[in-house]
Amino acid sequence: MTLHAAASQPTLQDFGHDVWWIVLIKIVGVFALLVVMTLFAIVFERKVVARMQQRIGPNRVGPRGYLQSLADGLKLAFKEDIMPALADKPVYFLAPVIAAIPAFLAFSVIPIGPTVSLFGQRTPLQLTDAPIGVLVVLACSAMGVYGIVLAGWASGSTYPLLGGLRSAAQMVSYEIAMGLSIVAVFLYAGSMSTSDIVAAQAHGNTLSFFGWDVTGPSWFAVLLPVSFVIYVVAVVGETNRAPFDLPEAESELVGGFHTEYSSLKFALFFLAEYINMVTVSALAATLFLGGWRAPWPISIWDGANSGWWPMLWFFLKVVVALFVFIWLRGTLPRLRYDQFMRFGWKVLVPTALVWILVVATMRTVSRQAHLSTGQVAVFVGVPVALVVLAVLLIASRAANRDTRLMAEEASAGGVHATDPEPDVLPPAGPRRRPTGGPTRSEGGFPIPPMDLKVPPSPRLRRQPVGTDGASVVSTGRRGTATVEENDDV
Amino acid sequence: MNALAAAAATPVHLGNGEAVVFWVLGPIALAGALGMVLSRNAVHSALFLVNTMLCLGVFYVVQQAPFLGAVQIIVYTGAIMILFLFVLMLVGRDTSDSVVETLRGQRVAAIVLAVGFAGLVGAGIARATQNLPVTGLANARNGNGNIPAIAELLFTRYLLAFEVTSALLITAAVGAMVLAHIEREPGSRQTQKELSRARFLTARPQTLPGPGVFARGNSVAVPALLPDGTVSEESFATGLEPQEVDQMPRPTGREQLGSPDAALGTLDPAPSDGGPTR
Repeated sequence: MTLHAAASQPTLQDFGHDVWWIVLIKIVGVFALLVVMTLFAIVFERKVVARMQQRIGPNRVGPRGYLQSLADGLKLAFKEDIMPALADKPVYFLAPVIAAIPAFLAFSVIPIGPTVSLFGQRTPLQLTDAPIGVLVVLACSAMGVYGIVLAGWASGSTYPLLGGLRSAAQMVSYEIAMGLSIVAVFLYAGSMSTSDIVAAQAHGNTLSFFGWDVTGPSWFAVLLPVSFVIYVVAVVGETNRAPFDLPEAESELVGGFHTEYSSLKFALFFLAEYINMVTVSALAATLFLGGWRAPWPISIWDGANSGWWPMLWFFLKVVVALFVFIWLRGTLPRLRYDQFMRFGWKVLVPTALVWILVVATMRTVSRQAHLSTGQVAVFVGVPVALVVLAVLLIASRAANRDTRLMAEEASAGGVHATDPEPDVLPPAGPRRRPTGGPTRSEGGFPIPPMDLKVPPSPRLRRQPVGTDGASVVSTGRRGTATVEENDDV
Repeated sequence: MNALAAAAATPVHLGNGEAVVFWVLGPIALAGALGMVLSRNAVHSALFLVNTMLCLGVFYVVQQAPFLGAVQIIVYTGAIMILFLFVLMLVGRDTSDSVVETLRGQRVAAIVLAVGFAGLVGAGIARATQNLPVTGLANARNGNGNIPAIAELLFTRYLLAFEVTSALLITAAVGAMVLAHIEREPGSRQTQKELSRARFLTARPQTLPGPGVFARGNSVAVPALLPDGTVSEESFATGLEPQEVDQMPRPTGREQLGSPDAALGTLDPAPSDGGPTR
């Protein structure tokens, strides 16, 4: 393993020598950081989703509504704490605690910066590290499942029990894909400790390409794209977030495992969920996005990777990852449970296994043939990736052929389905649909008016030509758009 | 006792922190084990076992085997015990062990056998490990780190055992799937798409109205009422004779309807205690 001589890059030997008050500061710091990140993430999520749905979002408490989740948290703490009569009292009490504690613990191995000087002490900006650093996060997420299962069971009611079972099945299945996706990173970094993995992404791979010396990217997200994609999909399932939020689908179910919880106990579940989101985002940044190291254009500046600046890069990466979570929620519809499980077990896990096999083989081959990582990536990885993408494209087009043809026909004005009539039709009888509704030739499905047009976005500065003001729906946002509209009218 | 004596005889000293961790977590682990056996509720038993497994994981970490500790927590506590809990939760939460013995003398026999077995195994292990030379962690690792040392042993010396174990586990998993699998004629089940098509071609793509369970009776046989007071035929339960429930007498005049204020109720104390005296 090549040791990078930079003094600010902590290695495993740098941990465990801190003075006790430095450790205390770090512990309190991590705790406060996670709580603040939770408050931020909730407001951020509500604001971003609101913007994506053409709403305003929270705008009452604090400047531009940014203190809304603080107010919500306080309100939650002062609510009545209800203990259901049928609850198993000790387990009911323990469950939120079990959910919240591992969530906090997992962040202890996340490196948020290089070695810095803190009150005269040189110390890495990371609570602790171990040779098995990343496994600590996995172990904590494994323990977090207990909180959910026990909450569902101890509530003594049917809906929480079903919600808890669904959550647990989901988290256990997607944990496997998540763990497998990380293995390739271990192979490349040669270590499981988070600080070593960040160090392994420090320098780009130089590649001599027909006489040119090119420095390729060093992030594992680029070197190991399949791992990265599997990780991202798996953690969305692991954290019970949309489009995989089946256990607590708020538009379909009562609330999942925490139906019977109220007040601070419910707040703990909420806290744990958002902390898990922050933790997996931070782990994604650490494992795949270069950790606290500055991204390429900034990293040209020498001071970018020392001192306190790296904290900024790290949190920018975390916020971007959180934004992706929210973006997914605002965009994708929820999956059906069987589709979701099939996807996890039959797509993600086998793909991850094959990918590990490929990566391990290529590592061995390149070591035997004295190829550099960059050469392997360019001469093997890129052609193979192109071939695989082409095959996937053709396969998906072939699979969607019927739908595509129907869509083309529908856009050309036809409403008749080209699919053959299914042979499972019930016999026509007196219970046929009365006239007026969609007819049998339309497949029986209700069809919306086909001449709808999307109204222009109210945020557009320039009004489209020929509108008479009334067609634009105002969002009430304090912006220039509304003012202009009023002028028009 | 023997193990302790052996430990005292060797020149290996317990570190200060290690001793504290041992004497704090040891009783907790033991209490968990006892609670697992003695608890009446199956889920509580499983939780006590989880507690013991967590303590074992911490012991591994304290004894400089962090990988083993993490794997103990991830695999045993995180995966296997969760599956146990799954099954136990589906059994129902009020099922606890009955105090009645179905076999006479079963408890006493079980206790005697358990104590005897534990004594035999403990004595055997103590004898086997009594005069083992202490190699020391650094020598055992051959100068490698924790994980490389384990990996080297696992993939060289214990390769056969490792592979045979994984083959056994795969066989078990495939066997369970075969046992639980139900063979169906291909095409005998309608797909989701076909079902949805068929449903949208009927006059009622939505669900049937539920019975009028909360109107005047709580039986499924009570049909739902339409707004005009007649029963809805679509809400009849299959295979049940619809039950006629005596309806509320419909109000006929102004005085039966009462005043709207009376219907709203009052905030005063109950009128039975006479009301406020003037």
